[in-house]
Formats: sequence, structure tokens, C-alpha cells
Amino acid sequence: MELKHILEALLFSAQKPLTPGELQALLVAANEASPNPFGDAKARDIVAALETLSQEHEAGGRTYRLVCVAGAWQFASQPEYGLWIRALVGQKPRPARLSKPALETLAIIAYRQPLTRAEIEQIRGVGIDGVMQTLMERELVEVAGRAEAPGRPPTYGTTKLFLEHFGLRALDDLPDASELRRIPLEKPREPVTSGQDTTTEAPAQATLEEVLQSEPSATPAPTP
Amino acid sequence: MADYKVQFEVFEGPLDLLLYLVKKEEVDIYEVNLTKVAREFIEYVELMREFDLEVAGEFLVMASTLLHIKSRDLLPADLQAVDEDGEEGEDPRWELIRKLVEYKKFKDAAERLEFIEHAQENVYPRLPVAVAPDPQPAPARITASLFDLLGAVNEVLRRFQTREAREIYAEQWTVGGKIADIRERLAGSAQLRFGDLFAAAGSREEVVATFLAILELVRLRQLDLIQEDAFGDISLCRSAEFEWEAGPATAAVMES
Repeated sequence: MELKHILEALLFSAQKPLTPGELQALLVAANEASPNPFGDAKARDIVAALETLSQEHEAGGRTYRLVCVAGAWQFASQPEYGLWIRALVGQKPRPARLSKPALETLAIIAYRQPLTRAEIEQIRGVGIDGVMQTLMERELVEVAGRAEAPGRPPTYGTTKLFLEHFGLRALDDLPDASELRRIPLEKPREPVTSGQDTTTEAPAQATLEEVLQSEPSATPAPTP
Repeated sequence: MADYKVQFEVFEGPLDLLLYLVKKEEVDIYEVNLTKVAREFIEYVELMREFDLEVAGEFLVMASTLLHIKSRDLLPADLQAVDEDGEEGEDPRWELIRKLVEYKKFKDAAERLEFIEHAQENVYPRLPVAVAPDPQPAPARITASLFDLLGAVNEVLRRFQTREAREIYAEQWTVGGKIADIRERLAGSAQLRFGDLFAAAGSREEVVATFLAILELVRLRQLDLIQEDAFGDISLCRSAEFEWEAGPATAAVMES
């Protein structure tokens, strides 16, 4: 018997997703009831064992996966079997789908948090009052702090419910997180003009990737 | 006009509309002819003003930015360069494209989020029902084995073993009748002792018919046989699986 087998058995029978901390507490409790070699497993070992299990299930091509959502682990079916499971248990109780404006705003907050309302509006180019209210009411977004700016405006971030709604483990689990979360929000680089006799380099040579990967504090290109 | 109106509702804002116009040009976002796009944008805004002034506010800001860019393009290149050095040094053209690229990134990200959201609706977590601890643990019930049952019926039959004389008479006891009898008795009390069932039996035939009735009811899962202690008395009780008020449909089954 290995640690991962015990964890698998626990999660198979669990009533709710369990965090590594909760799993550790269960191992301790079981050890008190009947001393065994797994009582003093470290949280680190537990996470490693869960990762191994998860990979094994994936490699085994099972119709379910051991997934981590917002830091807690659970077994969940693969989406392609939803049709049949729905016939069995019915439609999942689920809030309405988000509108396009809500999804856009949410995407900006998710990748760039924490940021102020004004910063979000700057990216979207439109006011977001109604959309923000919806996102706050649905508890997908919350006030994360206050910006070091005049008036100390509140900054916003996503909630645990956001991760759960989208089945994400953490913010790094967002699609293209490494790229999008790094894009500098502010300050363009050296302006580029369209004419031939410009004082700066031509814009056509800048690829999307270059722009995206540029450092936020990139210094303006020297002018001849 | 009506066609345009439908289209406006799709655009989330001026950047969205601008992105749509750039896409229509089918060129790289960095190479798009903003002057041409500016004209189209303003045409749209002109139409929008007729429908919804409130929305047009943000669009007007964009329209003025585009006009500004257009005006710069109209200037001779040498004049432009001088102009730029003299002013804030920020090309509004580049500024706009940068904003557009950034907006597009998040528009795409929103689409991916939407995809995930929809896929997530088809993911069912495994949440087994709670194994509720039994508040009153039932007394350890040992399910009677077939041999226990045969032993018990033999016990009863022994009562009739001494009779040597034989009579021939019409079959008085049928299994179907005994089934009805047992069902009736169990309707009155939850549990019957095995021995009590045979207490009134007057012949081997009746004992056998009763015994077969018990076996049949067990086979039909209408009856549970329980032995509370090893080698103890056997009791009959209604099976939890079966709806006892269902009527005497079983008698017919017996004839086979």
C-alpha cells in the first residue's frame, strides 16, 4: 500500500473536494485510531502523490479524472460524458452563463488582478458599471485592496468561486496565463509613426510576440 | 439601416467595433490602413447616433482619435516629424494599435473562458451520498442459511414421524394458500417466529406446504429469514425490498 492509494480511497469516498491539509488531518486521525506508517505524511508528499495519481488516471484514459479545483482535490467525470450523466442525475444546478461583456471584463480582472475599475475600462474602452455589479453579485469578483493612486480607488480580483466556476486549480491554470498575465498594462514603448521619414523604427517589424514579451519598463528606443 | 442596428448590438464598445473593421480589412493589425478604417468607423457612428446616443458617447471619443490620426496622415511627412518632436512625442496611431492589440488579447481570452465555462457544465464531480452512521445499530442479525432452515423444519416434521397409519385424502394444503396465510399473518405483525408458523400444523403435508411457501416467499424476496444468534430461533419478517400491500399476486407464481 502506498500513500497515493490511501488518498485515492479517501477522495473516492469524500463528500466534498478535499485539500491536502484536510487529507493530512485524516491521515493523522487514522494514525491515532490505529498507528500506521502514513500518519506523518507531509503536505508536500501528499500533493506529490495526488499529482502522480492524477497523471496515472489521465494516462490510463479513464472517463474521470482526479482534478484539483481551487486547491481542493476531487474525482470528476470528463466533459464528453456529460450527456449520459445528465440523463442519470439531471442538469447540474448552475447559474446562468456569463454574457460576453461579463466574460471580457472577467478575463481582464483574472489575468491582471489586482487592478482598478478605471484600468479595466481603459482596456475594454467602455464603462463597466453594470457588468461589475453582476460579477460582484455572483461573487466571481471581489475588492482586493486599494490602489496607491489619488483617491485610493479599490482594486479588484477574482474569488475562489471564480476558480470553481471554471474548474481551475489556480490563476496560473488560466489559458495562456504565462503570456497574458505578464503583459504590461501601462506605458507604451517608443511611439512609432507611419511615415517613411520617421524619427523612430518602423512599426511593421514589430510582431505580436515581441510586443507581448517586451518588458513593462522597456526604455524608449534611442532616437537618431 | 435595420441590418446595421442588429450589428451594433454585437459590439461591446468602440474597440470592439474597431477590431471588427480591422478584421474586415484582412491585414495584420499593425499594417491596417487606419485612415480607411477611420472613415468606416465614423460612418458607423453616424448611424449609431440615430439609434442610441448614450452608447455613442464612447464611440465619439474613438472617432475623434481616429480623425486625429487621419489628420496627421494628411500632413507631409517632414511636417509631421517636426510636429511630433514638438509635441508630446506620442504617436496616437501607435497608441491606438497597442490598445487594440491588448483588447484583442482579452477578447480572445474571454472566448476561451467561455469555452471552459461551457465544458465545465458537462463535468460532474463524484459526490457520493453520505454514509449516515446508523443511529441505532440493529442487533447483529445472522441471516439463516438453508441448512438452518432444513434443520428447523425437520424439528417440526419430527412431530409427525411417529404416525405410521396412512390415510389418503384430498390435498388440503396448497403452497399458494400458505403464502396467502403467511402474508396475512405478517401484515399483522412485523415478525413471526418460525416455530409458531407450524404450531397449528396438523400433518406433514401442511408442514411441507408451509415450508415451501416460506422458500417461495424468500425466493421472491418478499421475506427475510433471520437468526439472531447462531443456532437460535429463526424469525420471518417482511423484506424491506418489497411492497407488501401489493396484493396476492404471488399465488399464481406458485403453480409453476
